Amino acid sequence: MDDLNSRKPLQGMLVLDFSQFLSGPSASLRLADLGARVIKIERQGIGDICRTLYISNVDLAGDSTLFHAINRNKESFAVDLKNDEDLAVVKRLIANADVMIANFRPGVMERLGLDYESTKELNPSMIYGEVTGYGHEGPWRDKPGQDLLVQSVSGLAWLNGDAGQPPMPFGLAVADMMAGAQLAQGILACLVRRGVTGQGGFVQASLLEATLDFQSSALTTYLNGDGRLPERSGVHNANAYLGAPYGIYGTKDGYIALATGSVTVLGELIGCDALSSYCHPQDGLTKRDEIKNLIAEHLKTESNDHWLSLLEPASYECSDVMTWDRLFEHEGFKTLRMTQSVSRKSGANLLTTRCPIRIDGERFKSPIGSPTLGEDNDKIREEIDHR
Amino acid sequence: MTKPLEGLIVLDFCQYLSGPSAALRLADLGARVIKIERPGTGDSCRQLALNGQLSDGDSILFHTINRNKESYAANLKDADDMAKVIKLIEQADVMIENFRPGTMEKLGLGFESVKRINPKIVYGTITGYGNEGPWKDKPGQDLLLQSLSGLAWLNGDADQPPVPFGMAVVDLFAGAHLVQGILACLVRRGRTGTGGLVEVSLLESILDFQFEVLTTYLNDGGQPPVRSSVNNAHAYLGAPYGIYETRDGYLALAMGSVTRLGALLECPALAQYADPQQWFKKRDEIKLVLVGHLKTRTTKEWLAVLEPADYWCADVFTWERLMEHDGFKGLEMLQNVTRPGTSGVTTTRCPIRVDGARPSSDKWAPRIGEDNERLEKEFDLAKAERV
Repeated sequence: MDDLNSRKPLQGMLVLDFSQFLSGPSASLRLADLGARVIKIERQGIGDICRTLYISNVDLAGDSTLFHAINRNKESFAVDLKNDEDLAVVKRLIANADVMIANFRPGVMERLGLDYESTKELNPSMIYGEVTGYGHEGPWRDKPGQDLLVQSVSGLAWLNGDAGQPPMPFGLAVADMMAGAQLAQGILACLVRRGVTGQGGFVQASLLEATLDFQSSALTTYLNGDGRLPERSGVHNANAYLGAPYGIYGTKDGYIALATGSVTVLGELIGCDALSSYCHPQDGLTKRDEIKNLIAEHLKTESNDHWLSLLEPASYECSDVMTWDRLFEHEGFKTLRMTQSVSRKSGANLLTTRCPIRIDGERFKSPIGSPTLGEDNDKIREEIDHR
Repeated sequence: MTKPLEGLIVLDFCQYLSGPSAALRLADLGARVIKIERPGTGDSCRQLALNGQLSDGDSILFHTINRNKESYAANLKDADDMAKVIKLIEQADVMIENFRPGTMEKLGLGFESVKRINPKIVYGTITGYGNEGPWKDKPGQDLLLQSLSGLAWLNGDADQPPVPFGMAVVDLFAGAHLVQGILACLVRRGRTGTGGLVEVSLLESILDFQFEVLTTYLNDGGQPPVRSSVNNAHAYLGAPYGIYETRDGYLALAMGSVTRLGALLECPALAQYADPQQWFKKRDEIKLVLVGHLKTRTTKEWLAVLEPADYWCADVFTWERLMEHDGFKGLEMLQNVTRPGTSGVTTTRCPIRVDGARPSSDKWAPRIGEDNERLEKEFDLAKAERV
C-alpha cells in the first residue's frame, strides 16, 4: 500500500478542507484519491452537518452513509474557529498547507479572517478553493446554495422528464457534483502553475455557474436558435434537442435504450414497417413523438433479449436498462473492480466506490474510512508543535 | 492575467463530447489545444446537430465544445501525415483520445509507443467501459451508459419507467474526471519530470457520479432505490424535497422540517408529522398534502413567506426568465465567439474563476484543417521524417 501511495500523483500535498455537505468535500475527496493528505477542519461538537444528513436508516458508527462515502480517506481536526487559540493553530496549519477549500456562504470566511486575501499573507504559495451557490455578487449571493434549488433556478429542470410533466429535477445532486469537479480542476490547474512560477492562486466555482456550464451545449442551441424554449419530447424524453428514437422504451419483460440512429434502419432491424415512411432526416425531430409512439408499441411485443439480438449485431446504438442488482451481477461490472471496502479505526466497515480515474494503469484505492469528529486532533497538534 | 495552464500544448484526437469537453476545459484554463482531425470529415460531432441547428456548416454542438481550439487535419493512415503528427507529439505536453479500445494502438499511437516518442507527455484516454471485459467493444454513448449503470432508475416518479437524465451527464463527468487526472499528472511531472497515462471510462465515471447513493445501497442490504411517486427529486430524500406547482408556476422545496414548513405555509395538515422519521416514511402522503396546498397561491406569495424564514426554496425558472434576471446577468456567463466571415455563436464561458477573474477567450471553433499551414511552419513539420 505504501508503494501505491507513493505513486499517486498528489503524494506529499496537504489539503485543508473547511467545507461541508457535498460540493467542497467531493472535490477534496478527489484530491485525496489522487494522493493528497486531506484534513477536514470541523466545528467542535457538531462537525460537518453531513454527518447527520441521513438518506436511509443505515447509521454506521454514528454517522450517515453519505458522510462516510464523501469523507473516506480524510482526517478530522475539530476546532472552534471563534476561539483565538484554536484559530492560531489553524493558521499555523494554513501556513504549511498546499491547498485549502471552503464552501460557506459569502462573508463567513472573511469574518473569521480566513478569506483568500488574509490567508495569502500567511501562505502566498497556497491555492485557495471556494464553492458558493451563486457567486459573491448580485441579488442571489446570500441564497442557500443547495442542489435542487440551483437546478430549479438554472432552467435544468425543464430539460428532464416528458413534455406533459412539470419541470422535473435530475434525481441526483448534479449541481454539487459538477461544482466539486470544477473546483478540483481549477485547484489542480493552479498547482500546475505553482510548479512553474511558485505562486499560489484563488479558484472560485459556484453551483449556478457549474450548472450553466453543464447545460452549455443545450443553452448554446437555445441562444442561437429561434428563441423558442426547449421542448421535451412528449413521450420517452431523453434529450429535448434530439430526435427519435433517442429514449428508453418498455419491452415485454423490461426496458431498452435507443440512442441516436436512423429511424428507417431501426424499422428494418426490428421489423416495424410503419417506420419506413419516415425517411427524411428531419423527420426524427419534426415527427418525434409520432415515431416514438410507433416504436414504443412495437417494442412491447417482444423481450429485451429479442430486440438486442437484432440490434447489437448491426451495431445499432442500444442497451439493456439495468437496475443496480443486475448490473452488479454482470461480468462487465465485475471487471471494473469499482467497489472497495474502507474501515474506521473503530472497525466500522463500509463498502463504497473507488476513484474513477486510473493512472499509469492502476486503480487507486485506499482502505481508510471517514474520520470520527476530531479523531486526529492529538496527532495534528503534535505535528504542528514539531514544525 | 496569467492563465494557469499557459504555455502547455494539448493534442486532442477526440470526437463528440466527452474527450473534447476535457480539452475545452484545458483550453479555458490556458492551454493551447490543437484538434487532430481526419481531412474531409473531421470530428463527427461537426455533423451531430442538436435541434438540426448548424452554423457555417458545423453543428452548434461542435461550436460549443470546440471553441478556443485549433484544427490540424491529418490522415493517420498516411505515412507522411503520420510523421508530422509524431513531430507534434514530440513537442506536446498532453494528448487525449476517445476511440474504442485498440484503435490508437493499431495506428501506432498507443500510450507505450507515444511514451517512447515523448516520455514527458501526459496521455489521457476515455473509453466506454474500460479496456477489458465483455463490454469493451460496445458503443460508448451517453444514454446507453445511463441505462446500463442504473442511473435511469433514480430519475422521474415511481410510477414511470426508468427516466434518463435529460442531458449528456455521462460524457460531461467523464470529461471532468479526465481533466482531473491529466492535471494531477502534470503536477507530478513538475516534480518528477515524467509523464503518465490517465484512463477514465464512461461507466466508471457515471458510477462515481452515483457514489453517494450507491454506497447507501451497498450498505443497506441491497434495497433497490424507490423514487417518490409524487414530484420525485431524489430517491433517497424525504418530504418536502421536490418541485411543486403553484397557482401561477412552480416552487422548489429542498430538505427542511415538515412541521416548520406547515407553520410557515399555514397548512395545519402538516402539523401531525412531528417525527422526522415520517418525513421519509410518509414522503408521498406529505407531498400530496403539499401539492394540494401550494396550488392555492402564487410562487411569489410562497417565496415571500419562506425566504425571510430562510427555508430552503426557489422559484423554478425557464432559461428565458433566468436570463432576464440580474442574478444571471451579473455572472457575465455568456460570450460571442465569431469565426471570421460568420455572424458568430453565442455560448457560455469557463465556469471557473481564477484569481478573481473568469479566464476568457474569444477564439472560435476551427474549420477542419484551418491551422495546418501555420502549424506546419511553427512546429517545423515539413521536415518531419517518416518513421
